[in-house]
Amino acid sequence: MYEYRTLKELLEQAKSHGVRLHHIALRREAEVSEESEAHLLKKMEARIEVFRESIEAGLHDAAPSRSGLTGGDAVKLARKKATLLGPIARKAQMYALATSEANAKMFRIVACPTAGACGIVPGVMAALIEEKHVSREAATLALFTGSAIGEVIARNASIAGAVGGCQAECGTAAAMAAAIATELAGGTDEESLEAMALALKNTLGLTCDPVAGLVEVPCVKRNAALAVLAVGAAEMALAGIKSFIPPDEVIAAMSAIGRAMPVSLKETSEGGLAKTPTAQATQRRLQQEMNQ
Amino acid sequence: MIGPSSSHTAGAARIGLLARRILGEVPVEATITLYGSFAKTYKGHGTDRALIAGLLGYSADDARLREAFSHARLEGLSFSFVRSEEETAHPNTARIAMRGTSGKRTEVVGVSLGGGRIEIREIDGFPVELNGEEHTLITLHRDQPGVIARTTAILSAAEINISTMRVFRRAKHANAVMLISTDLPVAEDIVESIESVPAIECVLTLEPL
Repeated sequence: MYEYRTLKELLEQAKSHGVRLHHIALRREAEVSEESEAHLLKKMEARIEVFRESIEAGLHDAAPSRSGLTGGDAVKLARKKATLLGPIARKAQMYALATSEANAKMFRIVACPTAGACGIVPGVMAALIEEKHVSREAATLALFTGSAIGEVIARNASIAGAVGGCQAECGTAAAMAAAIATELAGGTDEESLEAMALALKNTLGLTCDPVAGLVEVPCVKRNAALAVLAVGAAEMALAGIKSFIPPDEVIAAMSAIGRAMPVSLKETSEGGLAKTPTAQATQRRLQQEMNQ
Repeated sequence: MIGPSSSHTAGAARIGLLARRILGEVPVEATITLYGSFAKTYKGHGTDRALIAGLLGYSADDARLREAFSHARLEGLSFSFVRSEEETAHPNTARIAMRGTSGKRTEVVGVSLGGGRIEIREIDGFPVELNGEEHTLITLHRDQPGVIARTTAILSAAEINISTMRVFRRAKHANAVMLISTDLPVAEDIVESIESVPAIECVLTLEPL
């Protein structure tokens, strides 16, 4: 039986079997789902196809979303040469934005871990695939590492904005993406988990206060911003930098912060950015349009 | 899945799909009442299109979801949406009253719990809890001694393992329902033998979504 409740247990299992984290995640999934590993690998590889499809949708459709709050920004990034970011961070940002814009326009996406946070993992992964010439097989396996991290966070904290705020959604996505980037850049499993902890630690406290209750503002651009944060966390981990607080304790802290967070900042649109004058005016305009 | 929201779009599509399966035939008419957050944000999230897509039998990752309204017109499903101010136990609640091709009517209440997970909480006024994640057998029967034992005996003889089971009744000796989740699908002949148990009126089987 492959059973792990914490990242520490996951790492210990990998060590004791002499394999990588992604192997344990894959074997466990095979046990739980009663499917063959080959079948699960194929299913996961198909997700990478959808990543690509969502990115293309966002990069080719410059139209605004139905509400008019987002859309067309990924195209802006694509048209301009990077001024400040290196090629990986630039692509991670652009592709994350493209995916999140595609989501707001109801194109197909992979919820990873949720639809609102769906840009970060594909953005980072596609940037690495292109810039580091990562094989399809390595990318698929790294996605198992990412999914194991998402699963442990869902089990010990939450991945729902209504329960833990945005730290639970985009924070988890950034943590998954940081670990994936570390692995794809040649890092060890320990380094992947450090990257995960560094990314999650630096998204703690993020609230879920979307304008007019829509998964658009601030969500779409936040996906772009946190994709870059994930790449930065991976860079630190690859240099041997460790999170002073161990990964599982960061997850526990995220859970505690989520519980302490007021309901007005947990996907109810009753506080924060959603209560700004601009957001309120936007909400009134959308309500009027809906009543027509 | 199709976004923008796993709770307001993908979850809504799954509620629609499970509602269609509970009706057990192609719906030709649907009146959908939206409550709470669903009522406030349904247009921006495409909750309306997602619910219709589900009623058309599309899954939550079917790209036709975006154009579900025009597909509904083509496939002869007429629908209307009602926004309710009424307070509900869960903020993301939809009530779907459907009529099928044979004229059969069913009404279900579904809630979207986040991340695409859903629960059907009411079928034709019966309180139930149905998440669409397992093979499920639903009976409508009269509350009397032995019905549950006979049903589970048939499943046991067929070596079908029950993972969870719940029984609800309107009142003593009145209409009742059993919800039985199983690890394996329940074959047609087993369904027929359960249907022949005295006091059981009808049996419905649902595949996982």
